Amino acid sequence: MKQTRLLMGMPITVEIVDSKANEKYLNLVYDYFGYIDRKFSTYKDDSEISKINKKILREDEYSRDMQTILKLCAQTKKETNGYFDILHNGILDPSGLVKGWSIHKAANLLKENGFKNFYIDAGGDIEVSGKNKLGNPWSVGIRNPFQKDQIVKVILISNKGVATSGTSIRGQHIYNPYKKDQDLNKIISLTIIGPNVYEADRFATAAFAMQEEGIKFIENLPDFEGYMIDIKGIATYTSNFEKYIAQDKPEK
Amino acid sequence: MKKLFISIFAVLSLVAYSLFYRNQTPKVSPNLSAKSIQTPTKTLPAQSQPTQSASITSTPLLPTTPLTKALSSLYKDGSYTGDTVDAYYGNVQVQITVTRGKISDVQFLQYPNDRSTSVYINSQAMPDLKQEAIQDQNANVDIISGATFTSQAFVQSLISAIDKAKG
Repeated sequence: MKQTRLLMGMPITVEIVDSKANEKYLNLVYDYFGYIDRKFSTYKDDSEISKINKKILREDEYSRDMQTILKLCAQTKKETNGYFDILHNGILDPSGLVKGWSIHKAANLLKENGFKNFYIDAGGDIEVSGKNKLGNPWSVGIRNPFQKDQIVKVILISNKGVATSGTSIRGQHIYNPYKKDQDLNKIISLTIIGPNVYEADRFATAAFAMQEEGIKFIENLPDFEGYMIDIKGIATYTSNFEKYIAQDKPEK
Repeated sequence: MKKLFISIFAVLSLVAYSLFYRNQTPKVSPNLSAKSIQTPTKTLPAQSQPTQSASITSTPLLPTTPLTKALSSLYKDGSYTGDTVDAYYGNVQVQITVTRGKISDVQFLQYPNDRSTSVYINSQAMPDLKQEAIQDQNANVDIISGATFTSQAFVQSLISAIDKAKG
């Protein structure tokens, strides 16, 4: 069974192939995302992260999940040479890590309940488990950042995470009014395949910030592959990315 | 469901795209369209007519109401800043400029951007990367990965800016 709901400002789709799937388990997943949003949204005044930013909470009052996230953010910053940084203008904003982390945790919730074949897709960041309803690996299309209704690559994966970092706005010739002489960035989309969506997402975010250097960073990271698209429509991909490319196009 | 998901995004992207490129025409919100129908004037864009190329005189669909200031009074001249909207990897915020009652410009004050770029990236051995020109695969897939969040945030921020322009 398959369902899409709007949560955390994005569509979240859950498809479970296993026959024991029912509404109860879908609710379990969506309730979890609701909990994450209430705790980590910097746009909710009463969220824990907002209270921390307003210095209402002392460090010893942080919840366990908050402590975990802040620790993971610090670790990721170190692993990405400082490119992953959640401190912006004095405000802590861990949402770049929370998204992938929460999708991965939600996938684990389903596994703990005995599910083997499913995926969770939150705004284009995906964790897949097992096979699709035809018994094949899940096919994931990489969206064309210039033409939203097109797919420029089809990858086949099981038990992996996929995340895409980028900005569609860049492709539409929009500039920053405060930095008018600054060139448009060269990289507009970077898709990462990793062992799970948490890993894929945090490295996609950091590698995207590195721009052209990002794909080299991914190349040197064991167990990760990447597909980067620049402003001219040229893709650069890591040396082992090809093993995920679908050989026969699934029929339309 | 998949189709619904795709179409929701297709619509959102289309709306964002058309809002931006049609910034010369004030017909950007349902409120506005309703208003333009009530008070048609010669300054109306061709959207309410059967074809884009048809001129006012050759299509007597519109009553020959004298020019009114109804449209221009909808928006007050000036610059209006929309709300900052969370696009998860960063914020989106737009500013619109109204000139003679029409939206004449839309600019981005914030959008998902580079993170800290001050840190030096260690020089690494040139890896074995491959390149290709991207090409439409014309394929059916289970799931799509892409950065789609910004158009939604764009629409939200734009709507709040337009609301302010209505005064």
